[in-house]
Amino acid sequence: METLLQQTVNGLVVGSVYALVALGYTMVYGILGLINFAHGDVLMVGALVALEAIRLLQVHAPELGLVPTLLAGLSVSVLVCMVLGYTIERTAYRRLRNAPRLAPLITAIGVSFLLQTIAMIIWGRNYHTFPQLVSTTPLEPVAGVFITPVQIAILVVSALLMVALMLLVNKTRLGRAMRATAENHKVASLMGVDTNKIIAATFIIGSALAAVAGVMFSSNYGIAHYAMGFMPGLKAFTAAVLGGIGNLGGAMLGGLVLGLVESIGAGYIEDMSFGFLNSSYQDIFAFMILGIVLIFRPTGLLGERVADRA
Amino acid sequence: MNELALAIPWLGKRNPAAARGVVILLAFAAPLIAMLFGKTWVRILDFAMLYVMLAIGLNLVVGFAGLLDLGYIAFYAVGAYTFAFLASPHFELHLPFWLVLPLGAGCAALAGIILGLPTLRLRGDYLAIVTLGFGEIVRIFLNNLNQPINITNGPQGINMIDPLVLLGWDVSKPLKIGEEITVNSLFQYYYIFLAFVVLSVVLVQRLQVSRVGRAWAAIRDDELAAKAIGINTRNMKLLAFSLGATFGGVSGGLFAAFQGFVSPESFSLMESIAVLTMIVFGGMGNLAGVIVGALALTALPEVLRYVAIPVQQALFDKVILDPEVLRMLLLSLAMIFMMLLRPAGLIPAYSRYSRPELVVGKEVGK
Repeated sequence: METLLQQTVNGLVVGSVYALVALGYTMVYGILGLINFAHGDVLMVGALVALEAIRLLQVHAPELGLVPTLLAGLSVSVLVCMVLGYTIERTAYRRLRNAPRLAPLITAIGVSFLLQTIAMIIWGRNYHTFPQLVSTTPLEPVAGVFITPVQIAILVVSALLMVALMLLVNKTRLGRAMRATAENHKVASLMGVDTNKIIAATFIIGSALAAVAGVMFSSNYGIAHYAMGFMPGLKAFTAAVLGGIGNLGGAMLGGLVLGLVESIGAGYIEDMSFGFLNSSYQDIFAFMILGIVLIFRPTGLLGERVADRA
Repeated sequence: MNELALAIPWLGKRNPAAARGVVILLAFAAPLIAMLFGKTWVRILDFAMLYVMLAIGLNLVVGFAGLLDLGYIAFYAVGAYTFAFLASPHFELHLPFWLVLPLGAGCAALAGIILGLPTLRLRGDYLAIVTLGFGEIVRIFLNNLNQPINITNGPQGINMIDPLVLLGWDVSKPLKIGEEITVNSLFQYYYIFLAFVVLSVVLVQRLQVSRVGRAWAAIRDDELAAKAIGINTRNMKLLAFSLGATFGGVSGGLFAAFQGFVSPESFSLMESIAVLTMIVFGGMGNLAGVIVGALALTALPEVLRYVAIPVQQALFDKVILDPEVLRMLLLSLAMIFMMLLRPAGLIPAYSRYSRPELVVGKEVGK
């Protein structure tokens, strides 16, 4: 029972990181119908840029406290990723907006690998230790469950960001324009919406969320690496599909469900398979869920749109 | 045969016969030319032939049937590991090559059907992600199935795989012709691989202009319309998938025998992407283009390896970009810029059976 509770907490933490990344996928998909393959790598860039900024700050401004250093590093990485997101959209995707489906998907894969290669050139192949500015030593256990301050921070920050995003999309002018563009580009632009700007804004917002998620991910696990974006990216995509791609609430729900399934599954996989499989197969859960959802309910948990099979 | 001539477009259009001759001559003389630069280059050429086979197989799936498969290397892995299981000291099995290779191909085809059955009704971009996931699952299993029962020997991989032995002719040993001439095993492998490539090309070309090939083209161009004119789209897609996988399996088996060693490292996502880049670069849906793309993108990184390293050393006194980084850089840039600037590839398909512009780009034939 304690394992179950513990894994539930861990799952919620990981899940909220997935949810943040999944929001980026789902927003872009909702508006462009494009799987932004490079999104996971934006997360990686976010984490590594934050790492670099924090290292610099620790050398040049050691009097700054732990949390301000982290916040400064986070802001730098969010800014860099916003610029990066805009650049990617502008250079790689905009020209292919009316091209057949596979074309932008292939460029997206190219961009993803390009980002990884550039990161590899700058930061090398090694794993970097990410400074743990928020403590990762567990607090007093509650009902036998250990939770660390960084995990609490992740839960709080991601909840706040999700609320903020919901407000942005549902209550502001920009949000209304985004929804209109997602519904129908042409009609939206006839109504005076500058769709190019809205699409760029979508990429910028998604990238900022990915940067935050990247810093969270690295703070939680204490590492950063040039290929670290791949798995969270893929899992976040799975979360987006699970929730119903194009649906913001769905992405959040999908992220949390995926996090839970994965960490509870990893805790029990050994018993379930009679010792044949162990927790190194954890990553398989995401793919299995993806496959199952796509086959049996391609619209996802909250998706409304009828699956387009063309 | 027309496609052969197209491999050299500027000559092929004016004088197809001459172009064809040049291509055939080049194919036969290639290892001799490569030998001028050293044995390593013959080895690279051998690998290039394996990549050509992979590219031909993937082209069947992506270029002909329009199904984007990002986990293609998994079939290569299935072929290679089948060979390794059945012809190495790992399980103390040493079955002959003419039995193992078809078995490997069959296993790969089966894997293709297993993957394809549930997923082929998905739309293109979802299919891409699911196949990518499949590729990763296969790799995770290869990496971890060494306990509790040792099946794949984990990350260490399987060693000492039997070489190709055809009717007592051991390809891995130098072949003596008369007294003076000995043919290095790298050359022998080259010609064997070449034979496989030629066989694949003939097969695929016949397929492309057959009823099946036309059905694939119809599905790629408009699936709904294809269904409406009575094509069984599910079976046809499944056929494309499993046939493509078969090519991957054969190529994987040859790879295992040639290398004598397989490990999960050779079957990373990067390799799937590399093969995809080859066909995107060369020209999706066009055999000549695909082959040229595979050759170019296998050779280019190696050329860079021998050129860029000394240049960097001379300029900066150290190596900033190592060969692996250069390869990734080259592949990713090739993919992005080809899609943006020349979506139909280096040698666009122009026969009436393949119109990849409908799949990959709209500005063809400008």
